[in-house]
Amino acid sequence: MNDGQTIGSTRAWFLAGMRGIFSLPAAILMLSFVGFCAYTVQAGIPVAEVVFMTGIVWALPAKVILVSSIVSNANLATAFIAVTLSSIRLMPMVAALVPEIRTAKTPTWLLLALSHFVAITAWVFAMDRLQTVPRERRIAFFAGFGITLVATNMVLVGVMYHFVAEFPPLVAGCLFFLTPVYFLTSIWNSARHPVVYAALAAGLVTGPVVYWFAPEFDILAAGLGGGTLAWLAERNWRQRKGRHA
Amino acid sequence: MTAFEAWWPYLFIVIAGWLATDLWRWLGVLAGNRLKEGSELLNWVRAVATALVAGVIARLVLFPTGVLEQSPLWLRIGAVVVGGLAFFLGRQKPVIGIATAVAVLAAGLYALGF
Repeated sequence: MNDGQTIGSTRAWFLAGMRGIFSLPAAILMLSFVGFCAYTVQAGIPVAEVVFMTGIVWALPAKVILVSSIVSNANLATAFIAVTLSSIRLMPMVAALVPEIRTAKTPTWLLLALSHFVAITAWVFAMDRLQTVPRERRIAFFAGFGITLVATNMVLVGVMYHFVAEFPPLVAGCLFFLTPVYFLTSIWNSARHPVVYAALAAGLVTGPVVYWFAPEFDILAAGLGGGTLAWLAERNWRQRKGRHA
Repeated sequence: MTAFEAWWPYLFIVIAGWLATDLWRWLGVLAGNRLKEGSELLNWVRAVATALVAGVIARLVLFPTGVLEQSPLWLRIGAVVVGGLAFFLGRQKPVIGIATAVAVLAAGLYALGF
C-alpha cells in the first residue's frame, strides 16, 4: 500500500476542504456578509467595488473600517492606518497556523499565497478541523476551504446586493450574536494546549478592562497583554508540575 | 469621467484595504515559518493569537453595534452563561451551546419587545 492510499489524495482533501462551506461557521459567516452587504448599500458603494473588496481584503472587520473610511471621505493615508491597525491581529493568527499546516517541503510562496484566506472564521475553523487531516494534506484542505469560502461570499455579496432588505430587529440581533458564541465554543473545543484555555480567559477579561480607558486598543491589549500573561501563568504552572512529578 | 476617476476607488481599495491587511498575513507567514512545533515561542504566539480572538469575542458581546446596542447587558451575558452551561452539560457539543445561547437571547429580546 502506498502513501496516497493510506492518507488520501491531495484532490480528495481539497474537496473535503471545499465541503467545509456546508458547515455552521461558514453559514454564520455568510449571514454576516449579508449584513455587510446591507451596510454597503446604505453607504452607496457600487456593487462591483463591494465584490472586489470582498475578494481582495477578505477580513470582515477590515472591510467595515474601509467602507466607513470611504463614507467619511478619509484620505488614503488615514484609511490605510485605520485598516492596518485593525489587521495587526492577523499576524499572530497566521504565525500560529503556519506550523500546523506546513511540512518540511512546503514552499514559502505557497504559504504566502494561502495566508490571504486567513480571517477570523477561517482561522477558528482551520485550527479546529486540521487535527483530523493528515499533515501532508493540510495545505490542500485549507486551500479548498479558504478558496471556496472567499469565492462563495463574493458571489453571495454580488447577488444579495440587489435584494438586501433590513432584517427584523430580533433576527438581526440573533444573527449578530451567533458569531461570538460560535468562536467561544469552537476555540474551547479545538484547544489541545492548556495555554489556549488560559489565553481565552485572559483575553475575555483584559479586552473589556482596557476598553474602559483606551477603546481603540482593546483588541491589541487583550492579545499582547492578556496572551503574554496567560503564557507566563501556564508556563509557570507547567514547570512547577514538572518539578513535583 | 476620466480613466483615473474610474480606477481611483479600486486603487484606494488595493492600497488601504488589500495592502493594509495582507501585509500582516505575510509577516505572519515569515514569523510562523521560523517557529518550531513544541517551542516556547510558538506557545506564546498561540496564546497571543487566542487572546486576540477572545478580545474580539468580548467586544462583540459587551459592546455590540447595531440592534444589540440597545439590548440590556445582563441579557447578553446571561445568554452566554446559560449557553456555556448547556455546552458543558451537553458533552461539549458546539451546536447545543450556540443554539441555547441564541434561544435565550431571542426569548429575552422578544420579552423586551424587540
